[in-house]
Order: sequence, then structure tokens, then C-alpha cells
Amino acid sequence: MPHAALIVFLSLFVLVTPLGFVAARWRSADLNQLQEWGLGGRRFGTLVTWFLLGGDMYTAYTFVALPALVFGAGAIGFFALPYTIIAYPLVFVVLPRLWRVAHKHNYITGADFVRGRYDSPMLGLLVAITGILATMPYIALQLVGIEVVVAALGVPSAGWVGDLPLIIAFVVLAAYTYTSGLRAPALIAVVKDLLIYVTVIVAVIVIPAELGGYGRIFAAVPAERIMLARPPPGSLGSYSAFATLALGSAVALFAYPHVLTGALSARDPKTLTRNMALLPSYSLALGLIALLGFMALAAGVAKVPQYAGYFRQYSNNFAVPALFMRSFPGWFTGVAFAGIAIGALVPAAIMSIAAANLWTRSVYREYLRPGCSDAEEARQAKLVSLVVKFGALLFAIGLPTTFAINLQLLGGIWIIQTVPALVFGLYTRWCHRRALALGWLAGMAMGTWMEAGLGFKGAVYPLRLFGVIVPTYIALITLAVNVAVVVVLTVLLRALGVEEGGDRTVPADYEPAA
Amino acid sequence: MRTSQVRSVRTRLWWRLLLVVPVIATLWVPWFARTRPMLIGLPFFYWYLMAWVPLSALCSAVVYLKTRDLD
Repeated sequence: MPHAALIVFLSLFVLVTPLGFVAARWRSADLNQLQEWGLGGRRFGTLVTWFLLGGDMYTAYTFVALPALVFGAGAIGFFALPYTIIAYPLVFVVLPRLWRVAHKHNYITGADFVRGRYDSPMLGLLVAITGILATMPYIALQLVGIEVVVAALGVPSAGWVGDLPLIIAFVVLAAYTYTSGLRAPALIAVVKDLLIYVTVIVAVIVIPAELGGYGRIFAAVPAERIMLARPPPGSLGSYSAFATLALGSAVALFAYPHVLTGALSARDPKTLTRNMALLPSYSLALGLIALLGFMALAAGVAKVPQYAGYFRQYSNNFAVPALFMRSFPGWFTGVAFAGIAIGALVPAAIMSIAAANLWTRSVYREYLRPGCSDAEEARQAKLVSLVVKFGALLFAIGLPTTFAINLQLLGGIWIIQTVPALVFGLYTRWCHRRALALGWLAGMAMGTWMEAGLGFKGAVYPLRLFGVIVPTYIALITLAVNVAVVVVLTVLLRALGVEEGGDRTVPADYEPAA
Repeated sequence: MRTSQVRSVRTRLWWRLLLVVPVIATLWVPWFARTRPMLIGLPFFYWYLMAWVPLSALCSAVVYLKTRDLD
């Protein structure tokens, strides 16, 4: 059986690769301009933006890790659904403002905007570094998705031969990102999303039918995993954990560089607001994918002897691949696995472009080579996108996966600390730039300290509020501290008359032209 | 700002309040952390959350259609 799967998998992979290179000529323009290479010329319409943002936010890691979480922990894993439901309204009310001001001033990243708004290269640098730090482990985690399916296809995973598929995939990815920029993942995202949708639709029809319907599936799941545990007296228990994980993740999503890159590449603000109503179709797929965790549980994949070795190596991340192999004919397993692997390449490409843009604008052009030409700027970004990807590759091969997972967990807590500078900045210039920097520092330090205190086991901290224990997502707690520091210090610094700096934007830059 | 512009910003704000509805509906856990009623074998918790996906899209679509001329 693995042979049919492997052949289909490889064929799809080989078919997709030329697309990445052809993309360079799609709506062709001068790719020696950073906004052409790194933002696709800000010309993507509604449909391409839908594919791009969908391919961007619903990563291969989501497809593997989310059902794995449901498989292992049950209902709490479903926080991902409210997360994506509330993320769109939150994000898309704000993003058109960012789009307009970025378009006006040729800002490529969120850090560019912060730098201009607060007249502060240092604040821009902080936002850029946070973005790069949060993105690197995220790229590395995309590789986990590829690793798991490649191993499931029967490729030996030990030694350098085991790393070979990853290396090949990343060399190919690096090459077409280098030549085509954001156009490559935009085009490949179309194929990726089609494969994922086909897989999900088939899976939720075929597998429940095989297992005797959803009633049977849930009957096979232990009761305590089906429902969030009722909070004990004096605590909000799993209820507040569920809600704050969803809310915190949604707020953090806005600040992730790859999301901003996807959003800024849209043709106009209307393209973004239109997508606010269209993108939930991915959330529906996400909900169905989460249910696969229960199906894997009901199918008893963990007890199948020939999967035991994989579960030892990849733990619950093997649940969905195992479920597919058990339920699908070989060739369709190949289609599904290709969807996951190609689904890893799209966000990895966008993330590396986003990180490269950040470096080039906020470090290279700001500090290392002020006044460099546009062509030089674009060349630097292309080179850095290679560095970022090979860094992530070394990360994935050289370090244990738990390290990347822990860092990604931290990444969510870190990235949310840039929200005050970014989001408040879109609405008001009231905050003092020094206060924003110190608020960021407080949030970063406290978040890292709290997460380390939990030993990286989850990200929910039992906060004590007015005598009630409120388990809360650390990102939200530290964001509150960050904001409090910003408010208090702004008042203080202003009273002391500390230099505020200028503002390169004017109010009209944010609003639609009347 | 001209008065017509102020009015359009206000109208936009009112319509956008509709976007708060899915946020509250999916974050207030005590409302939906239960098993019954079931739907095609799915406990309430799951189909309630899944149902809010199209409902939130509907809210977004209404806000888009009502405010696109102001945007």
C-alpha cells in the first residue's frame, strides 16, 4: 500500500514545483523592487487573497497538531474554532487602516509602520526582532508536518537519509521563493487548498460512515474528553482557559508578520473586508479537521501494532496520518499527505519572506546600509529569505521537536507584545514611544518567565483574581501588564517632558479617501 | 471633517457592533459547554461552535454590504 501512496505523493509534489518558478512571470513586474518581491506588488484580488491568507494561517502544523490535541486532550482543543471565528472580525476591522497607511508610505511590514508613526527606528527594531523570533520556530514546525507524513509513507527516518526529504523540500522551496517572492506561495496556495479541501470533505464523509456515524464515534470517546470539565468551586477552571486561549490567539494573530504580509499584498482595503466574510470557510474545514482527532480515537489507531513505533516517535501528531492510512486506499492517502506537505511549504515561504522583509527594512536599511538602492534592498531580502529557511531547517534537524514547539508557544506570547505599538498606533498617537518600548519589555520578560515557570507545559496560568482562580492564557495576562505599563509611563513621561518624536503620517492616511 | 463624513463614520461604527455578537457567543463558555441536545450524533458543544462559523460569516457579510460605500 505505501507504494501507491508514495507515487501519488511524489507526483503531486513534482507537479507543483514548476508552479513556484512560473509564478515569477505571473503579473510580471520588476522583482528587484522589494514591494514586488516581498508583497507581490500589492495587486492580489479577492480570490488570490483568499487562497493566500487561507494558505498562510491554516498551516500544516495546524492540520497535524490540532487533531493531535483533540486526540490527546479532547474538548479544550476546540478553542481553535472560536479563535478563528473571532479573529476575522477583530483583524479585518483593523487591517484596512494599516493597508491604507502602508500603501501611502510604502511600508512593507508592521515594523515599518511603527517606525514611521512614532519616528523611532528603535521601536521599529523591537517590533521587527519580535516578529523574526516568533516566526523562526513557526517555520521549523512546518517541517514537523512534512516529517510525519514522509515517515508514514515508509521512508526510513533514521540518519541522514531520513533528513533527505526535508532537505530536498526546503532547497526547492528556497529556490522558488528566491526567484518569485510572494507570487510563488500565492500560486501554490491554490493547489494546496484544493488538496486540503478534497481531503477534508472525503474524510468527514468516508470515515464516519466506516465507524458507524458520529454517534458511535462519540460513544467511543471517554466522557471526560468530550466535554470541558465543570469548574470546581472557587475557580473558573477549563472555561476561562478555553475562552482566553481563543481570545489571546485571535489578538496575537494580527501581529504575526506572515499575516500582515498576506494582508498588505491585497489590492485594496475592500479586498480585505470582503475576505472577512469569505475566510470562515476555512474555519469550517478547521472544525472538521479537529473532529478527526476524535475519529482517530474511536478508530483506536494508537492500538494498531504497526503504528506503535510512529506513535513513540511522533506521539499524538501521528494520529491523523494513522487515521488516513487506516481508512483510505493507498493512492488517496498520497493525495492527503501531499496536501499536508505542500500545505507546509506555503506558510513556510510566506513566513520566510515576512522575516526577510522585517530584517531588510528595520535592520539592514535602517542601521547597516542607510541609503541603499531599491535593487540592493530587494537583493538583501532575497538572500535573507534563504538564511531564514536554512536556519529553520537546521533548527528542525538539529534540535528536538519539543524545542520548536516550546518556542512556538513562546512566540505567541512574544508577538502579542507588539500589539499595543501596532494597533493603538493605528488609532491614536497618544502613547509615548518610550512607554511602548518599556511596555514591550515588561510583557516579553514576564511572559517568558511565566512560561518557563510552567515548564513549557501548556500556556495557561492559574491567575488569582478577587479570591477566584481564573486560569488564563499567559499571552493575555502579559498583554494587560504591557498595556498598563504603556498607559502609566505615557502619562509620566509626558509630565516629565521627555522628547516625544514626530509622526510621519497624518490622520487622512488612515481613512478612505472621501 | 465634514458632517457627512462624521455621519458615515458613525454609521460604520453602528454596523460594526454586529461583529461583537459572534465574539460573545463563542467565548461565553457556560452557554454551550453541554452535551445535549445532540445533532446527528454530535454533542451540543461541537455543533454549536461549528454553527457559529457560517453565522459569523453572515454577520461579516452584512457589515461588509452595509458599510462598503463608506469604506
